[in-house]
Parts: sequence; structure tokens; C-alpha cells
Amino acid sequence: MAARLDVQKTYKLFIGGAFPRSESGRTFALLARNGSLIANVAQASRKDLRDAVVAARSAQPGWAARTAYNRGQILYRVAEVMESRRGEFAEDLNRCGVPIASARKEVERAIDRWVWYAGWCDKFHHLAGTVNSVAGPYFNFTMPEPTGVVGIVAPESPGLLGLVSRLAPALVSGNTAVVLTGEASPLTAVSLAEVVATSDVPGGVVNILTGATKEMLPWLLGHRDVNAVDLTGAPNLEAATVAEAAENVKRLIRGEPDDQSPYVIADFCEMKTVWHPVGR
Amino acid sequence: MADEIEPANLSLTNVTFDLEYAPALESKSIVSIDKEYGLFIGGKFVEPKDGKKFVTVSPSTEEKLSQISSASAADVDRAVKAARKAHTEIWGRMSGRDRAKYLFRIARQLQERAREFAVLESIDGGKPIRESRDVDVPLAAAHFFYHAGWADKLEYAFPDRRIAPKGVVGQIIPWNFPLLMLAWKIAPALATGNTVVLKPAETTPLTALLFAQLLQDVDLPPGVVNIVTGAGATGSALVEHKDVDKLAFTGSTSVGKQIQRSAAARGLPLTLELGGKAAHIVFEDAALDQAVEGVINGIYFNQGHVCCAGSRLLVQESIADSFIDRLKNRMSTLRVGDPLDKNTDVGAINSSEQLGRITALVEAGVAEGAEIYQPSCALPAKGYWFRPTIFTNVQQSHRIAREEIFGPVLSVLTFRTPEEAVAKANDTQYGLSAGIWTEKGSKILWMADQLDAGVIWANTFNQFDPASPFGGYKESGFGREGGLQGLSAYVSLSSPRGAS
Repeated sequence: MAARLDVQKTYKLFIGGAFPRSESGRTFALLARNGSLIANVAQASRKDLRDAVVAARSAQPGWAARTAYNRGQILYRVAEVMESRRGEFAEDLNRCGVPIASARKEVERAIDRWVWYAGWCDKFHHLAGTVNSVAGPYFNFTMPEPTGVVGIVAPESPGLLGLVSRLAPALVSGNTAVVLTGEASPLTAVSLAEVVATSDVPGGVVNILTGATKEMLPWLLGHRDVNAVDLTGAPNLEAATVAEAAENVKRLIRGEPDDQSPYVIADFCEMKTVWHPVGR
Repeated sequence: MADEIEPANLSLTNVTFDLEYAPALESKSIVSIDKEYGLFIGGKFVEPKDGKKFVTVSPSTEEKLSQISSASAADVDRAVKAARKAHTEIWGRMSGRDRAKYLFRIARQLQERAREFAVLESIDGGKPIRESRDVDVPLAAAHFFYHAGWADKLEYAFPDRRIAPKGVVGQIIPWNFPLLMLAWKIAPALATGNTVVLKPAETTPLTALLFAQLLQDVDLPPGVVNIVTGAGATGSALVEHKDVDKLAFTGSTSVGKQIQRSAAARGLPLTLELGGKAAHIVFEDAALDQAVEGVINGIYFNQGHVCCAGSRLLVQESIADSFIDRLKNRMSTLRVGDPLDKNTDVGAINSSEQLGRITALVEAGVAEGAEIYQPSCALPAKGYWFRPTIFTNVQQSHRIAREEIFGPVLSVLTFRTPEEAVAKANDTQYGLSAGIWTEKGSKILWMADQLDAGVIWANTFNQFDPASPFGGYKESGFGREGGLQGLSAYVSLSSPRGAS
């Protein structure tokens, strides 16, 4: 009996809920250790980045306006769908060089982390918000709000867990994201995009761009409609590149590639304080 | 053509609304009720040791629905032993992450079978399907979802503390929101690592028993949740059991006091969510159309079988007459009848006993000199029913202004100043909830400051959310359910550094 021939997948970008190729027509060759071709992965351009920011900006008010409970359920749904595609994620990681046993472990941790963050949507206000005892007849409270559109440079390793560790906390409060995946493990990122696309997450909330991070980062940092950039996946940037962020006073976030904490959710938030008089 | 219509013809003042609605019945076919039910102990349905059963009836038809097992003290003991074993061997040692996954499973299955639970709740308890479908069941699922998210995050709820579950908790719930009260009790208990013996009310056991079947479907380890049906004697056996580590009770203030006597004597941790006589305060500067809707919802929601019902309307004197007219007008549009009709606003009274209590208090109101008004709606021939009722000319001393009626009966009083409103509102043994209607924000916050109540609604009423703590001041009980504060009743906290 002849062995069945594989159907190979085209690895494309994820922008506004759709899977376009790069407008530039560029791809890069993802090679296995032995030099054989794994896939031609779309290589995003500056125009793709701008399209992704437009999509993220359009989706942001609607995502933030959903109830925290609703966001929590949608993010939990992402974990449910990830769970059903566990094997695929592990295989993606494995093809990019992670031994299969550690790949499986990483996938399980990534799913559990996603569940963990889903549960924070209607809880992190309990911790990050405060009622402030001001010295006067005023009701005064502070509440976290999403920063807006955030750029995320996914850590090169761990490929899936690192991406989840940075993306999930950004989504919890109602930010939308433009993710640069880099060239090391684009396959899991595209698989995650396919999960997001089929998990009730509105189009544009998550946008994923495969390609050369070094090339894309200056455009991301210089984009005036991006409110924050998570540089966890780009630790050794040139000073001049990072300085671009000052153009519109971007929030720069530097965390750890394998971390979970409500403080990471707060990193992607603004704090709003409201004063209201008390009296008859 | 449209521009030929005279503006006068568009006026609504001359239109009489035809309130005859064709019935829109929710199908019962989604529900299957067994002829009889056992007790849910150790993950299985078992017969009560002495074989005793009682009947649960539909309050809207008086039809016998099923034979329910009556748990004796020996059965309660079996349930507590099963809960102890499950706590020691499995649930008390399980990681928060895995407890969370079980709770998420429960939440999801409740969502998947939501309509079935809603129809069963309306059949067994008499509440309108619109409420069981849109409030009770979705909120119950939301409580499990919310607390699932806490199970693996307790160190953030209680930083700098060593956190341990209480152990085996005994929980007794009322008949007004059977599944929702079950969720309020079970979800935080499981999230924090406790195991449960729960007693549903004897008139509304069916959704709890369906929930027990759901627990089997999600593979919850046996004994983590045990459900013992029965009346007061079953509850007493649970309260008096020597191996229960914590009690939680929702119900009447008189039973709550008995339970506190027993628990206090033994130093047993306890939370109580008891009766209420909420003041619903309407100022002259309120958005009156919205206030009318709020007041109607506040008292007629769930036939007034609501511990936080806005049963005392305090309306500012300057608008009292016109506001009462608006209320009466709105009352005349309420549809009383078949709980499974999607048009129904007010369903059946939960039991003949409760109907008797409501009737007696309403008669006392008339006898004490208050003025009664009821719209002339037709009531079904069979079942337990009570017309929406409003009393005016009520004095603070009247029984209908002081005692919890737990039925569709509103007592109206008036006030002139915010200070007087506060004095009258707080002149009660209860302190569960209060409502404020004014368009002036600073007045809302001043009033909220002054009112002795655990939950204050402003320009809204009867809002519930798992993220928002609920519970009373004074004789409405102690402890909170929901939110960060609701978790603390189910954990023992100690210093991580040990005794100094």
C-alpha cells in the first residue's frame, strides 16, 4: 500500500480575522536542522504592519466594551480549542527543533496558562482597582483600563508558551494586539492564529505577523497609533530603535518570556481615577 | 402616504392597549422527571435508610411531580462521611488548577443544558420561565465560571496568608432561587477546596437533583458534593452534625437565629443570608418612568419571593400621588399566570404554606388601616396565586411595614427630606439591601453612606453578579457571597511564618 502523501499547509499572516499573504509577496524559507524546507512562511511588510494596526484599532473599542465575563468566556473558549489541537501545536514546535516530549509539556503549560488568564478577566479589578480614602466629601476610585493597541514581540523561546505568556495578559483587560512572531517558531504562532480565528474572538483583536522582527520593529515602535509595545521578545535592541517609541509616548513593557502574574495584566493597563462629590 | 397622517393621530393618549396575548408556552419536552429520586451521596443516588419519601408538586398546577427521598440523621451522617473521605483523600489535596478545571466543566455543562434547567425550575418552583431562563440559570453558570477562575488564584485573594479549606461544609438553601442559591453555595466552597453536603428546600428539590446528575457527567470525584433532600428535620441533622467544619444558610431570619444558637455554642464557623425589608427610595428628582420600572421589578420579580425585594417604597411626598398612580397603572399591565408562558410576568406562589403566610399578612395590613389596591387580573383555577398588591397609607408601625411578607406585596410610605428617608429606611431589624432613585449623583453617594444595608442599588434594582458581594447588615445575616469577599467564608487563614 502506497503511503499517503501529505497535504502541505500555506503559512500566512493573520490580520483582521483573515489570513492574507503578505502584500509584498515575500516569504521566507523555514528550514529544518538538516536543511530541508519545512515551509515558505509569509514575510510581513511595513504595509502589512500598518494594516494590522488599523484592524487592531477598529476592533479595540468593541473588545474593551464587552463585559469582563464575556471576554473571560471567549478567552476560555480559546483554551478549549487549543486543547483539541494539542497534537498539532506539539508537532509545530517539534518541527522547529523542540524535542517532542518537551513540546507536549510546553503545549499543556500554554493551555493551562491561557485558562489561568481567562479567569482573571472579571477578577483583576479586585486587585488592580482601589477605592481611595481622600480627605474630603468625595467618592474616589481608581480602575484599570486597557492601554489600547499593543504591539507584542513574541519571545523566540519557548515558542508557544512565550507567545501565550505575553499575548493572553494583554487581551484580558481589553487591549487588541499586533504580534510579531519572529522567524524561530512561526508555525505555532500561525496555528494559534487559526485557533483564535475559530474561538469567537472578534476579528482584529489578535493580529499575527510572521517575518523578520528586526526589520519590522522600527516600524512598530514608530507607529503613532500603537499605544504600547511589549519588548520581552526583543531584549537587545539598539537604543536608537527603542527611542522611536517616544514619538507618541508609547508604554514600553519588558517582562519575562515564561511568567504569569496579574501584574503583567496591569502592565498593559492605564489607571483611571474618578472623583465624585458626596452630599445631599 | 405617511405625511397625510395628522400629528394628533399619533398621540398615544387615546390608544387603549389590547393586553390579550396568545399563550407562548415553553415546551416541557426538554425535561424528563423521574418517578422518584434517591439521595446523592458519595457520587451515587442511594435510597434513604428508612425509605421515607415525600412529594414535590408543581405550584402552578398542584400536579404531583415526583417522590423525593427524605434524609434522616443517619443519611446525613452517611453524606458527611462521604464528604469527609473525599476531602481527605482527593479534593483537599487537589491542585487549584485541577479544581478550576472541574468548575469550568460544571459551568459549561450548565450552559449547555441551560434551557432544561430553566424549564425544570419553573415547573417545580412556579417562577416565570422568562426569569429562570434569563436570570437564575445563566447566573448560576456564571457563578461557577467566576469561581473556577479563583480556584487557581487564591494566593492573590489572600496574600501573605497560609490558605486552607475549612473542610466539610454543610449548606442549606431556600426555595426562591433553588439552582442559583445552590451555585452561590457550592461554587465558592469547591473553589477553595472544601467538600459539601447541601440540603435543598423541600418544595424545590428537582434542579438540585438534576445538578447531581450533571456532576456525575463531569466526573467530579465521588463525595465532593452530596445532596440530601428533606424538610426541617434533615436541615437540623446537618446543623447538629459533629463532623461538619462550617455551616452556610440562606433562608428566614427565625431559622437563621436557631442555627446561630447551635453553631455559636460550638464555635462553628457560620455565614447567614437571611430576610430583608428593603427600602426602595424614590426622590422627586428621579427619572420617574425608570423608577416606576425599578420599583415594579423590585417587588414583583419572582413573585416577591426575594430576600432583597424592595418591599417598602419610600417616595418623596411632593410626587407621591402621581407616582402611586403610575405604579398602579403599570401594575395593571402585569400578566399573572402559567410560569411556562413566555409572556408571564408574575408566576405561582411557591407553596400553599407561603400563600397562607402572604394572605395572613395582607389581611393584617387591611385590619391595621392601610389602603389596599390590586389590579383585577384573572387567576388560574388551580395552583397557588396571589395578585400583585400595593398598600398605601402605611404607617411605620404596621406589620406590613415591618415584617418580611416574601410575596408580591408593596407597602408605600412617604418622606420629605433625605434625612427622614434615611431614618425611616434604617428603622428595621433588617439590612440586606436598599434602592435609591435620583438623578443627583452626590445624593446617591450620601444616601449610600447613611443606609444600613449590605447592597445598595442606585437607579437600578435587583442586580446580581458573581463578581459583586451580596449579603446583609443587622438581622439580615453576616458573611458575603460573591466577589473577593465571598471567598473568605470558605478558607482558614493563618500566618505563613507560624506562631511567634
